[in-house]
Amino acid sequence: MERDKGTRAKSVLGQAAAILALAFSFTTVVVLLSGEPPWAAYRYILEGSVGSWLKVAQVLKVWVPLVLCSCGLLYTFQIGLWNIGVEGQVILGAIAATAVLRWGAHWGSPTAVLLLSLLAAVGCGGLWALAAGLLKTRGGVNEIFAGLGLNFVAVGVILWLIFGPWKRPGIASMSGTEPFARELWLPTLAGWRISPYALAAAVAVLALTWWTLKYTRVGLACRAIGRNPHASYLLGLRPDRWMLIAMMLAGGLAGLAGAYQVVAVYHRLIPAISSNYGYLSLLVVMLANYRLVWIPFIAFFFAALNVGSIQLPMMLQMDSSLAGVIQGSLVLATLVVHGWARKREQAS
Amino acid sequence: MMELSFEILLAGVLAGAAPLILATMGETLTEKAGVINLSLDGTILLSAMTGFAVAYETHSLVLGFLAAGVVGVLVAAVVAGAGIYLGQSQVAVGFVLTLMCRDLAYFLGNPYSRLQGPQVGLSPLPFLKDIPGVGPVLFQQNLITYASLVLIAATWAFIYRTRWGLELRAVGEHPHAAYARGINARRVQLIYALLGGFLVGLAGAAFSLCTKPGWGRPQGAEGMGWIALAIVIFGGWHPVKVALGTYLFALLQILGITFQGVLPSVPTQVFQVAPFPLMIFTLVFMHLSQRPGAERWAAKRPWLLRIIRLLRGSAPRALGQPYRQD
Repeated sequence: MERDKGTRAKSVLGQAAAILALAFSFTTVVVLLSGEPPWAAYRYILEGSVGSWLKVAQVLKVWVPLVLCSCGLLYTFQIGLWNIGVEGQVILGAIAATAVLRWGAHWGSPTAVLLLSLLAAVGCGGLWALAAGLLKTRGGVNEIFAGLGLNFVAVGVILWLIFGPWKRPGIASMSGTEPFARELWLPTLAGWRISPYALAAAVAVLALTWWTLKYTRVGLACRAIGRNPHASYLLGLRPDRWMLIAMMLAGGLAGLAGAYQVVAVYHRLIPAISSNYGYLSLLVVMLANYRLVWIPFIAFFFAALNVGSIQLPMMLQMDSSLAGVIQGSLVLATLVVHGWARKREQAS
Repeated sequence: MMELSFEILLAGVLAGAAPLILATMGETLTEKAGVINLSLDGTILLSAMTGFAVAYETHSLVLGFLAAGVVGVLVAAVVAGAGIYLGQSQVAVGFVLTLMCRDLAYFLGNPYSRLQGPQVGLSPLPFLKDIPGVGPVLFQQNLITYASLVLIAATWAFIYRTRWGLELRAVGEHPHAAYARGINARRVQLIYALLGGFLVGLAGAAFSLCTKPGWGRPQGAEGMGWIALAIVIFGGWHPVKVALGTYLFALLQILGITFQGVLPSVPTQVFQVAPFPLMIFTLVFMHLSQRPGAERWAAKRPWLLRIIRLLRGSAPRALGQPYRQD
């Protein structure tokens, strides 16, 4: 038994080393192909992300929405759904928050309006996810295609709003809607540009998700249905109902991330409000091997790559999309190495 | 508003849809064999970049298209290798590749941004182009448009009229049964994943060397891969219906640009969204029409029955399921 544990730890370490080596060599070859020095690129990314406290604050600013979306995706992955629609759920959250801030600026104190906008975002994101879930359980549409379709519909809606009813007086442009008044911004610490409330909320969501998945009926139902939907149906669980609940939880958290992008980052609605964080969170959760403990760290690493790579076009003649290449190659290497290890295990 | 004649509209639809036809036919072949290559959006961009860069450096359009095709094959090989042989989720692998190939394209294509490169010209067909009326519009197209038309017929004939096509469908529907009949199911899946990937790669080059010439960030072909995936479902995995779906999309796009003058507040991107609700409606419609009650109700209404028959198409049964050969 002892020895078994030892070999297991060794094989996990070996797999991790193989993943890192694969992804690292692939990225280095790609940078070499572009004719630029790889080491300089890596150094600029590192300095640009954790080189100073100000940069770390920037990274945390990206970390918050990634953590929110990733936690939500845990519910859907656990129950066996591929919630690719998370991107659209982020967008709908941002739209709902903007709607409340635009129409409700005079409804009460700024704090109350801000809270209301967050609530509306959670509700709208959850409903958008519910639509994908209903298409899956009632309409016979695979959740991937339902989600993708709704993502594109969400993009259509946000573009229509920005260029139509919500355009800036006189000019409609990709730069988005009119910025909100300062009192409708999520308050930040002086000189830090990161909101302590947002950080606290992200940590709270992490803790709540951990507790829900581990100790509550929701977590148990999600896991049971994810493992074997038929058996759990025979045991009295209603898979379709729980799937809708999981989708709504994921969509609500994604919607919250969208609202965060509006009230704490851009302070207006822009076409690229989601910054692809929904899709990126799918990668985060996959690299975390669907386990919550790894999510905060991997989300931080991915956020650091995103923030650090902004240096590349300024310092070297490079496109910032290197961050995406690194993130993608890591997840791809994980899938390949895990698949290969499983195959060898079965063979032996 | 631009004056629209039927011939010009038809010519525009045929030419505009040509790259997407390459992609949708490729994906139809792949999915018919039971493999889902979700990476289309990234593959198209990466092959568009590669095709443009190679054609720019070598001054050879043929080499550009070949290189793009090879990129498509390589990406499909990763999907097939991890999906068929390592048993990983094809959706997961394809999704990661979608995002990564897109970023790879932007990263490696950076030096080729906004350069003037070679471009596929028009090749009027002799004699046919002199037909009064339709001749000058329909037969003065580029080679890719002609090739796309040939490809639709070829894909249909291949899938439904050849022995290989029968094998392909057998593997996509029931790999175990196909295996028992002496077909190497995994190899068949691999071959059609690679062939589909090659066509998707060509589609990328068709964008960057013909329909939307040049490279840049954004290139203009963004989102096309997702649209191709949606159209394959909309077309019920039948090459001719998939082609009709592609032309319908091209028509919507042209109308969208034309109507921009009428509805200036609606950006053209909104019309790009159209295939997705259509796809979802079709899928829901198909699902609901299969209920016994709905069938009885529709039986009294022949026009409805005809629509249902037209739209009905079922997914290859083994689509996306890794086949374990043991």
